[in-house]
Amino acid sequence: MAELAEKTEAASPPGEAAGTPAVKTVELTKRFGHTVALAGLSMTVPRGEVFGFLGPNGAGKTTAVKLLLGLLKPTSGQGSLLGRPIGDLRTRRRIGYLPELFRYQAWLSAAEVLALHCELAPLPRSSWKDEIKTALETVGLTDRVNDRVGTFSKGMQQRLGLGAALLGEPELVFLDEPTSALDPVGRHDVREIIRGLASRGSAVFLNSHLLSEVEQVCDRVAVVDHGRVIASGTMDELLGGTAVRVRVSGLTQADKNRLSQYGRIDDEGDQITFANLDAERVPELVATIVSMGGRVYEVAPRHQTLEDRFLQLLEDEEKA
Amino acid sequence: MPPVLVMARLTVQESSRRRLLLALLILTLIVVGVSAWGFNKITTVTRSDGTPLPPEQISLITSQLLIVVTFMFSGVLALSAAVVAGPLISGEVESGLLLAMLARPVRRSEVVIGKWLGLAALVTLYAAGAGGLELAAVDWATGYLPPHPVELLAFVAADGLVLLSLGMLLSTRLSGITAGVIALVAWLMAWIAGVVGDIGTGLQNQALENVGVVSHLLLPADGLWRGAIYAMEPDTLIAAMRALGTAGRANPFAAIEPPPTEFLVWVVFWFAAVLTLSVWSFGTREI
Repeated sequence: MAELAEKTEAASPPGEAAGTPAVKTVELTKRFGHTVALAGLSMTVPRGEVFGFLGPNGAGKTTAVKLLLGLLKPTSGQGSLLGRPIGDLRTRRRIGYLPELFRYQAWLSAAEVLALHCELAPLPRSSWKDEIKTALETVGLTDRVNDRVGTFSKGMQQRLGLGAALLGEPELVFLDEPTSALDPVGRHDVREIIRGLASRGSAVFLNSHLLSEVEQVCDRVAVVDHGRVIASGTMDELLGGTAVRVRVSGLTQADKNRLSQYGRIDDEGDQITFANLDAERVPELVATIVSMGGRVYEVAPRHQTLEDRFLQLLEDEEKA
Repeated sequence: MPPVLVMARLTVQESSRRRLLLALLILTLIVVGVSAWGFNKITTVTRSDGTPLPPEQISLITSQLLIVVTFMFSGVLALSAAVVAGPLISGEVESGLLLAMLARPVRRSEVVIGKWLGLAALVTLYAAGAGGLELAAVDWATGYLPPHPVELLAFVAADGLVLLSLGMLLSTRLSGITAGVIALVAWLMAWIAGVVGDIGTGLQNQALENVGVVSHLLLPADGLWRGAIYAMEPDTLIAAMRALGTAGRANPFAAIEPPPTEFLVWVVFWFAAVLTLSVWSFGTREI
């Protein structure tokens, strides 16, 4: 059997395939025995975009990233990164990766870990000093440059991993749950880093289930569940609807069930949120509630959040 | 630096930074010091009439004691190699340490060969350094030097490399503790099978003899150990054992012939095969 997804370094002139997408997959499938981890993933991530890959735990997000990076072998289907087949060694020079399971050599200092990644990337030795300095500044570890990684907190190790992923100004950066160990300040910093990457033209593939973060930084998202993409598009396309929160009393459970004709509802007692309701139907909704004997205290339409849409998609998927 | 050498350097660096080398150095100095004192005591032994032992007898006793000491040294080296090699790859896969590195333009074969090279360099240097020091100490204490010291150190180092290679092969698929334990048990079984082969030779039982031959082919650790023994034995002892015929061959701490050339060729092939298998095994592993 050939080595797992390690293709020969074919000659690829600079700028080759510059017009190709950052990531493209066609029916990419991965099975572990009888378990389907990824079922026919087809998607395209344009260059320079921040792409959010969302899904609940176990949906297949990390499997997809590992397939794209050649760490797993697809059962079937195809994929390409920056115009080259997945697993191409030369392409990996232009890619950064922060794994979900981030761990770095505890016996090395932060600067030594980054130097190691500069060497493996490989970057010209003359650029290492500046690359390391910039990466440490970006992730806020300048004052720990010579400290052993073994003395770092989990959050600091994740910052270091992010710094390693940024070395060499990669054209495509995979960030797998990049804020899982970070405090609110760290999460804010990561959002700024992602925006910085996008502004200089790098594509970012962001795996996350922290929807508010994705909503703040992503241009485009795909929602994956049970190994399948159940929705994808730009943020505007995905969040076109309006959510309406109604504060009401006097409704029985049967009345609330009948209100499901207005779409998915989140019932929190006196507060009912209609996750996706055309604003034009709000008067009709209020009239229906009043006709049921309900007493309406407040009606608050707002833009649908990614969380509203995400939960709605998962519920629809469950019903299907 | 090519990735394969980067991986080798990292392996050596880790052993150094984790103070494994320092611990080995201190333990070795203690063992060599104590054994030098013990060997020196042989020269002070007297016969019942109070006269000192003749030099030939001192050499014979020293050579036998040196075989026992070397057996323990070789065993510790082999066991250490197995324990260190067991988690060499699986430990880094399980912890996630390899994930970020394998996303770089690094072939998995470079990871496997680089790690093997790093650890093999440590095993060889340690075998040569510590073994050479022990031989120098024995020479100083008793005036005895084995007839083939270079071959002795080469066989001891190769014995360690066998366990290192087996441990690393297992480490490409199994957890560190499982790989280490299997390698240790395999080493012990191979040694016992070698003893069974010796008994078969003494009893002129072909089936038992074959057990020894097959074990030497599957895991050449015991066969290499026999090479180390032969390198330590004075010619007079070898001649005496040869005179005993098959009975002289039935001794797990003695060898009357050097390992045959065919066996040494097989050992080279065995290393190549195990390394190739390791590269294939890790190359096809899903991480």
